[in-house]
Parts: sequence; structure tokens; C-alpha cells
Amino acid sequence: MSGNRVVGKPHRKVDATAKVTGRTLFAGDLSLPRMLHCKILRSHTAHGTIRSIDLTKALALPGVVAGLTGNDLPIPFGILPVSVDEHAVAIDKVRFTGDPVAAIAAETEEAALEAVRAIEVEIEPLAQIRSIEEGLAVEEPRIQDYGPRGNIHKLVNLEFGDVDEGFAEADLVREDIFFYGGNTHLAMEEHASVADWSPDGKLTLYSSTQTPHYVHRALSKVLEMPPARIRVIACPNGGGFGGKSDIFNHEIAVAYLARLTGRPVKIVLTREEVFYCHRGRHPVLMRVKTGVDRNGAIRAMAFDTLLDGGAYGSYGVASTFYTGALQTVTYDVKRYRFRGARLFTNKPPCGPKRGHGTPQPRFALEIQLDRIAEQLGLDPAEMRLNNLAPPNSVTANYLKIGTMGLGKCIEKVVEGSGWKEKFRMLPYGKGVGIACSSYLSGAGLPIYWNRMPHSGVSLKVDRGGGVAVFCGSTDIGQGSDSVLAYITAEVLGVDPMEIRVVTADTDLTPVDLGSYSSRVTLMTGNAALQAAEKAKDLLAKGAAKKLDVPAGELVFAAGRVFHAADPEKGISFAEAVGAAEALFGTIGTVGSYTPPATAGRFKGAGVGPSPAYSYSAAIAQVDVDMETGRVGVEKIWIGHDIGASINPTLVRGQVEGGVYMGLGEILMEDMAYREKRNVVHKTPGMLDYKSPTTLDMCDVETYLVEEPDPNGPFGAKEVGQGPLLPVPPAVANAVYDAVGVRIDEVPITPHKVMRALREKAATGEGRFGPKKFPSVDWGEPIAVAPPWEDGNGRPKEKKEDRG
Amino acid sequence: MLRLPDFQYHAPRTVEEAVALKVKHGANAAFVAGGTDLLPNMKRRIRKCGHLVDVSHIDELRSAGAFEGGLRLGAAVSLEEAASNEAVRTVCPAYAEAALLVATPTIRRMGTVGGNLCLDTRCLFYNQSYEWRKGIDFCMKADGTICRVAESSPKCIAVSSSDTAPVALAAGATIELCGPGGKRAVSADSFYLGDGIDYMAKKEDELLTALVIPDQTGAQSAYVKVRARGSIDFPVIGVAVWMRRRSSDAPVEDARVVLGAVFPDPREVPAAAEALIGRALDAESIRDAADAAFRAAKPVDNTDGALSWRKEMIRVSTKRALERLGSAR
Ligand SMILES: Cc1cc2nc3c(=O)[nH]c(=O)nc-3n(C[C@H](O)[C@H](O)[C@H](O)COP(=O)(O)OP(=O)(O)OC[C@H]3O[C@@H](n4cnc5c(N)ncnc54)[C@H](O)[C@@H]3O)c2cc1C
Ligand code: SF4
Repeated sequence: MSGNRVVGKPHRKVDATAKVTGRTLFAGDLSLPRMLHCKILRSHTAHGTIRSIDLTKALALPGVVAGLTGNDLPIPFGILPVSVDEHAVAIDKVRFTGDPVAAIAAETEEAALEAVRAIEVEIEPLAQIRSIEEGLAVEEPRIQDYGPRGNIHKLVNLEFGDVDEGFAEADLVREDIFFYGGNTHLAMEEHASVADWSPDGKLTLYSSTQTPHYVHRALSKVLEMPPARIRVIACPNGGGFGGKSDIFNHEIAVAYLARLTGRPVKIVLTREEVFYCHRGRHPVLMRVKTGVDRNGAIRAMAFDTLLDGGAYGSYGVASTFYTGALQTVTYDVKRYRFRGARLFTNKPPCGPKRGHGTPQPRFALEIQLDRIAEQLGLDPAEMRLNNLAPPNSVTANYLKIGTMGLGKCIEKVVEGSGWKEKFRMLPYGKGVGIACSSYLSGAGLPIYWNRMPHSGVSLKVDRGGGVAVFCGSTDIGQGSDSVLAYITAEVLGVDPMEIRVVTADTDLTPVDLGSYSSRVTLMTGNAALQAAEKAKDLLAKGAAKKLDVPAGELVFAAGRVFHAADPEKGISFAEAVGAAEALFGTIGTVGSYTPPATAGRFKGAGVGPSPAYSYSAAIAQVDVDMETGRVGVEKIWIGHDIGASINPTLVRGQVEGGVYMGLGEILMEDMAYREKRNVVHKTPGMLDYKSPTTLDMCDVETYLVEEPDPNGPFGAKEVGQGPLLPVPPAVANAVYDAVGVRIDEVPITPHKVMRALREKAATGEGRFGPKKFPSVDWGEPIAVAPPWEDGNGRPKEKKEDRG
Repeated sequence: MLRLPDFQYHAPRTVEEAVALKVKHGANAAFVAGGTDLLPNMKRRIRKCGHLVDVSHIDELRSAGAFEGGLRLGAAVSLEEAASNEAVRTVCPAYAEAALLVATPTIRRMGTVGGNLCLDTRCLFYNQSYEWRKGIDFCMKADGTICRVAESSPKCIAVSSSDTAPVALAAGATIELCGPGGKRAVSADSFYLGDGIDYMAKKEDELLTALVIPDQTGAQSAYVKVRARGSIDFPVIGVAVWMRRRSSDAPVEDARVVLGAVFPDPREVPAAAEALIGRALDAESIRDAADAAFRAAKPVDNTDGALSWRKEMIRVSTKRALERLGSAR
């Protein structure tokens, strides 16, 4: 990468100055003339049938302009085509405390609030489903009227090779049960939207969303308007983390109210409402069975997961598959079985949070490997190194691995942390633990089935030397706008700060699917690269003619286009554009990106494939206070296989942010509910829902492993989500090294550590975690032979007689 | 976002003026100092006040310093100022420690000595929005009739969560009040009533003017706080210990152990003091005192942290606070 001038260098973010000077306009900052304010009435009951709803009193209050109830918008929406189960506001049923029931638009926020409180609703309570166990057991009432049966939303049963045979061949087989508690994104910015209706019958929605394209589609469907009359602009997000990647009730509600009143309508959610929007980490109960030989080589693995989904589908089907998808991408697993079920419960819907569906199984697997290593007397770092999935291979479940830098990540953290001198050797109370992970650089398939590109970029260069990049991608703070500028600047040889980046506006920018799945740098990056190369080609032809040198010998750098052999012989970038315009007319190019074909051909094969996988390894060092049970994380060493950094400073920022979020999950964050009589969120506020303060953050040492991946722009892979994944299990393993107790449940609160320590004092062994895994009728598996058993990615023919 | 309801703001310059304003607007008015407790409660509609009488511009309430061998802290002195005041740090370091452990730097700049003593009791069923509380059908302390955390409880058991109040009790402080009927002083231990709703003896229209800590010569005190995170959080448990002894190996002559964040009042535990008095402060007496404190406490599930852990932390914190005194001499 030595030849690069921009890519790989620590450049400022294009939006940094605006952010630090408070000039960035977030959705909540917007104010339009004649604007109304919207408030949503949310259910106070977790489950019930709406008997009546009466807005009369509310509408009669001063300042109140309009209202919305369920029957006004009967068409459902949902982010996944398989779970279209949401409405702008509830029609006949409420499904969790916080479920929208009605909306009001008024001259002021206060008036809207008063009006919402004056709405009369009669709800007949239904039995509430409070847990995974109840979701499995309770057939009636059903929270949703779809799914295989009762309150099961999704059932998955996939088998790649005969795992029982694998277990029979193994020297050691372990089965453990784990629970990963739910937590939420806690982005600083509360969701906000402003809808504007124009006199010519067009709708504009400004929103804090990570996925304007999907919001656009949903608005068109629910409001029964052609997409061409709807414009969705994603404002800069004050943090997303997956919490703004769904289509939200309030976005539809303000759009409807704007159309109804002909006036702009704004909503800013309260923090409490953000907790109800949720779509955060699924609580998952897991049973993991792994068979290994004497050297720790994995012979077979069987993974069972049960997800507490909350009341709606959201991304839940994908989340379910993700709890079983990526185990095989880190380690070589020859036979693999995954069974998963997502249950509907009367709680805010879970969905994608940083790492989507994968931190939970990662927690389980990495702790179990730690136990296996101990039982076999192996060093857990060494054991992992001996189990690595090979690069350029296809896994048992048909995921195509390209570059694979996990080994280097492990070596870096082992060396940097002094692992060999610390593991099992620190004084009682102090300990180290290791864990690894992998994540996708964008999903291989789109959310709704189509063959179109996942990302598009259009590029405009003008004779003044201006370069503008247009792309549907959404900057949620991760730096995606900057990445577009860096890549374009690199190719065209101009200063990235000179480039105008226009993003996330469905009227102006080509479609990009959105900021989720760690897809943006790889996908928009490739699209931008293509568009820029095309423009460069045109400009080179123009310049070549003017300079009378072969186009292929021209260099684009420092705002000039010049001859490689004789740099004096050259013209300015603007002159090159002019020369090209003279030849070809106005210069504009486009680029797009579609991921490579996937390998699996079975139901469920769509979740897991990616153009490239990132890898991370982390070592945590902890100090456990034996009297209080408090776990102090002193330091985390983390190695991340990024392929290649487009901007190493931003990469490190993402790594540290991932570590921080992972620490919050493992140490304290907890979407806890009170379940007596009515299921309510226990602490829907930022003081009582505990997330680490700066004082709770540990030191982080980051090692970037750079081995360019041919599928990434300049070799880049993802970093937005992966580095969170190894943190929770690394901390849990370190706690065991420190005080010899196993906490098999997230979060590791002081209370749980104390309980386990007490048990250890009494019995010699201490553990806190789930003890039972309910029995589940998983149904017949879809059996797919792994590639090395002559599999072709398709389900095996059903055996007539399994007996 | 959660908005403040409308209110009228008053900024009197004297104690008399402040009291007169309060009397004039009656129950519809409240004193406010830093507002860091009152305003969040107003946003959540658990306090309803049409008039706010700001006491932070009254000069008389803004001085802090040594006083008759002890300390006198004006009610409107900020917690930050109190924590960094030289006299406070030498005369009663435990008060400075407690003040420094309140909330965050920004909140300590706004929050005051008086506001911290008058801090409303807290409960996870109460410090919630109107909408949330409607979901549990409200509770006795606001808009409802029964206690949600202990349904059979005849009274509210919301928790006294002030960090400085336990120290005030332990140090034998006096609280000065001024109302329409004139001035009076009450001992800190009789200032708190042990009821989550009527939690203090201050009459509705009385202004808290100062906290007076008596001569601390020969006395030692310490405050230990357990909180969920390194900053911002209210105490999961706070323990203030105070004692007098001639030298580090002499027997303890007098002692007080006060628990915060367990009961609706900062609660003195006489049995813990008795375990210390007449004995040397050593591992054994410390253990006995810590056990006594542990036995005295019956926390309920209405604040941060798991119940059994909170109770266990009383023992640990009492022990740690006493050990600090042991090593201080
Ligand atoms: C995020 C957060 C974290 C917090 N953490 C802590 C913590 O860890 N520990 C802790 O102890 N507190 C904490 N607090 C509460 C609060 O900040 C402090 O207790 C602070 O000292 C209150 O003082 P104030 O001046 O802001 O009180 P205000 O809000 O102004 O008043 C509080 C109450 O006292 C009354 N009052 C105030 N002054 C007088 C007076 N002079 N005479 C009569 N009545 C008066 C008011 O009417 C009101 O009822 C926290 C608050 C927040 C928002
Ligand atoms: S202790 Fe009981 S009455 Fe008091 S605030 Fe809590 S729930 Fe309400």
C-alpha cells in the first residue's frame, strides 16, 4: 500500500469540524415553518385487546390539530419480508408496555403531551408471556398470529455432517449451558423525525435512521404512495449501533400526520421511548456441545439457542440464524449442527445490536473452549491457534472464507499482554483470559430478494475542479462519509477535504442498503472506487490529449495530473476535467457493488455469507475484589484483522468503541423487566440502566493485522462490529483465571461473582449460570453434507428410513 | 424529550423574602437550590410546583467555614465548594469525602449542601415518568395508594439516598431552619423521620439555612460509598462511621455508625457502635460492628443492585470504613 497518498493514512474526518463545533444538524435540530409536534400514546399494558379508543377529548384540547389511530393505517410493515407484523400504531392489540396506540399532532410539544394523556383507551388484558420458557410453553394466547406454533416465531434446525458420529469419535465431549442477557444500544441521540408535505403532494421525511432505503419502501407501502413522491433523508445519526436500522412507528406516524394536516410534523422521542423502540441484543439461552480429540482439535459441535425476541419480528429471523452462523468461520469445525428458536414475549422487540446475534454464541463457545483447554491441559491460546479455520476455504455450513488473519491476531495479543507469564500465574484475584471472534463485512444477500446492486455511487466532477460523491450510505458516526471521500481522493489525486460528499438522500443519491451488517466501507467503498476509476479514465484521456502523452503514463496526485517520468509536464486537476469535458461532454460516472455469489443452497443459507470476514482476538486482564465481587477490567489487548485500513485512526476508534461496548455488556448492562402483574421495563433511563462511564473504561492496546483482502476496496474489511465480540468471553475467562469461578451468564455483576465465590468456598467449585435448557421439539433437520463429504450446498435427499 | 412543566421563577435575596414567597404560594411552591433533584422530579411529574423560589442568590446561605471549633456550611454552598473547602477537609474530612462522591462534577457544581440534605427519598417505582408509573398503576408516594415494592407495607419505604446526610448524623451535626415562625435548630438525627413520604422534620415553609458540625477535636470519621459505577450513581450503600479515642491503641470511647441508602432515613445503628465502645479498634471489634450493621439492615428491591448483594455490602462497607479509621492513626 506504499503508493497510497490518502488511503491508509490518518486523515481528519470530513464532518469532524462541524461535529466538534456543534454545527452538525441532527434530526432533532430541524425546525420548519408552521411545524407541528407529535407525541405518541404508548400502551401501559404489556398484552391486551384494544376494546375502544376515543380521541374526542384529546382533539378538543387547545392547540391540538390532528390524531392517528390504528385503523387509519391498516397496512402492516416490517423490515424483513418474512415478518411483516408492525403498524404505525396498534390496530386491535397491544403487545408490550410501550407499544404505540395512538398519535397526536399539536402546535406545541406540551399540547401534544396533554392531548395524548387525554386519549381514552380501553384495553382488555391478556395473559402475558414473560420469558423464553413461557414463550415455548404457552400456546395461547399468541402474541402474533404467525410462526410455526404458539409463541414460537422461528424454528431452525440445520445439520452439516453427522455430529453424533463426530462426538463418538471424540476424546472429550463437553456440554454447557449459558445465558446472555439482553442489552440495548444507548446511542446518545434519541430518535427524531420531521415529515414535510409539499403542496404538490410530495412527502419528505428527515429522520435519524441508519436505513433510509428501507424506510422509503415502508412509507410507500403503508401510505400507499409511489416511491417517486417520497423522499427520505437520513440526518447524521448521533450514534446508531443497530438501534436505528429498523422502520419505526414514529417515522410512519409523522409522515401520515404531515399528509393529513399539510404541515410539517416533528417528533423527538424521550429516552424512555427509545428503550421501548429497542431492537437491541436478544437474550439468548444456549446449550453447546463440543467434541474434541486429545490435542483439542474440534471433531463436532452442536449449538442450540433460544432467543427472547420481544413482541415483534424485527430482524429476529436473521438474528436467530446469526446465533448459529459464524462459529465455523473462526475454527475448523468438521461436523456442525445448529438448532435455534426465537420466541415472542411481551417485551420491546429485540433486533440487531453491534455484532447482531453473534456475541451470545461467541460468549458460550469461547468459554467452553477455555474449559476444554483446561481439561486437556492445553494453553487456550495455543489450542485456538491449532483449530483455526483455513483461509480460502468453505466451511461446513457453506460460508466462503477469504483472507484469515486470526492467527496473527492471537500471536499479537499473546505477545503484547505477556500472556505466557500471566496465564494461571497471577496472584489470586488477578487473572487473564483470551477469546476470539469473526464478523462479516456486509451480508452477502439483501434483506428483500433482488439481483440489484447493494450499493451505488455517482460521481460528478466539474471544470472548476470540484468533485462530488453521491451515495445512499448513512454516516452514523462511524465515518462512512469520510471513507467515500478518502477513496475518491486517492484515485483522483485530490485532497479529501475538497470533496463534497452527499449521502443518504433517496432523491439525490443512488441506493445503498444502509449502515448495518458492517457493509458500508466494503460495499460503498468498492462502488466509489469503481466510479472514481471511471472518472479518472475519462480525465486521463482528456489530459493525455492536452499533454500529448499516453493516458496510461499519467499520475493523479496533489491536485495535478502529470507524466510519471516527468512530473513537470502536467496540468491541474481542474484543467484535466476541462480537457475531458471538451472531449466527452459533462463528466459524471457511476459505480456499484454486488457481493459475490454465495455457496449454500439450503433454507437459511442466506444468513452468514459475506464478501470477507474480519477477525479479532482479545486478552483481558481483570482484578476481582473478593469482598464485593466487583470485576475491575484493567486492560484489554485486542488484535483485529482489518484487511487494510482506509484510515487507521478511525479503525482504532472503532476497535476501542467496540471494546467499550463489550465491557458494558459483560459488566453491567441489563434490559431488566419487572414481571409482577404487568411486564414493564425496570430502568428505562440513563441513570438507572447502567452503562460504563469513562471511569469504568479500561486501557486498550490495539494491534491491527493488515493482510489485504481481494474483495475489499484497497483490501479493507470491517471493524464496526467485530471487535466487540471477543470482549465478553475474554473477561469471563479472566474472571475464572483470577478467582476460579465460572460466570456463565451475561452480565457478570458483583452479585453473581459473590454467589459463585460462596459456592466455591462451600463446595470447592463455583459457578453462576443457567442450569436447565428446556426441551424443544425442533422438528426434522435440514441435513446438508459439508463440502468435504462431497456436499454441494444443497439439502441431502431425505432418507426414507432413518432407523 | 421530557419537558419541564411551566412554572414561575423567583429569586429572592434574603431568607425572609424567600420564606415569605413560599408562604404566599403555599403548597404550589417549592424552594430550589441547584435543582438537580427537584427538576428531574418535575419533568417526571412526581413533583408539581407552579412557583420555584430559588435560594441560591441569598448571600447569607453562601458561606462556609470553621465555626466554634466545628463547621458551619450555608445551605446554598455548592457540593464542589464544600468538598474542596480547607476547613471542611481538616475538621470533618468525611463530609468532604461524601460531598465529593455525589453524582458527577457538573452536578456537584450545581447541587448544594442544603439540597443534598433535603434530597427526596428515592425508589425505582417512583423516580420514573408519569407514563411508566401508570403502567404499574402508580404507588403511594405519588398518584397511587399502595406501595409497589412491599404491597403490605403501611408506609412508603423509599430510600434516603443522600451521601452527606449519614455523615451529618455520624458527626452529631445540627441543622438550622428558618420559617415564618422564626429560626430553630434540630439535630440531624431528629431531622429525618424514617417515612419515605414525610421524610424530614422540616416544615413545608421552613428554609434550611445551614448545616452546623460541632467541634471534632479528637474525633475521627470516614464515609464509604458503594455505587454501581465509578461516577454519577446514587449510593447502593453508604456508611458513615465516627468515633473518639485517646490514641490508636486506646479503647474507643464513643462511636456512631450510620447507614445511608437502606432506609427512608439515614439510620444510626446503635448495636454497631456498642460493638466498638470500650474495645480497641481491631479486626475483632470491626467484625462485630460490621455484623451488627449487617443485621440491622433490611433493604428492599427498589434501588440499584441485587438485594442480597446490597445487604452484604453493608458489612463490607462498614468494615472498610472502620479499617480506614484504624489506619488513619
Ligand atoms: C444524575 C444524578 C445523580 C445524582 N447522584 C447523587 C449521589 O450520588 N448522591 C447524592 O447524594 N445525590 C445525588 N444526586 C441528587 C442531587 O444532585 C444532590 O443530592 C444535590 O445535592 C441536590 O442539591 P440541589 O441543590 O440540586 O437540590 P434541589 O434539587 O435544588 O432541591 C432538592 C430538594 O430540596 C429542597 N431544598 C433545596 N434547598 C433547600 C433549602 N435551602 N431549604 C429547604 N429546602 C430546600 C427543594 O425544594 C427540593 O425538594 C444526583 C442527581 C442526579 C440528577
Ligand atoms: S417504597 Fe413503595 S410507596 Fe414508596 S416510592 Fe417505592 S413503591 Fe412507592
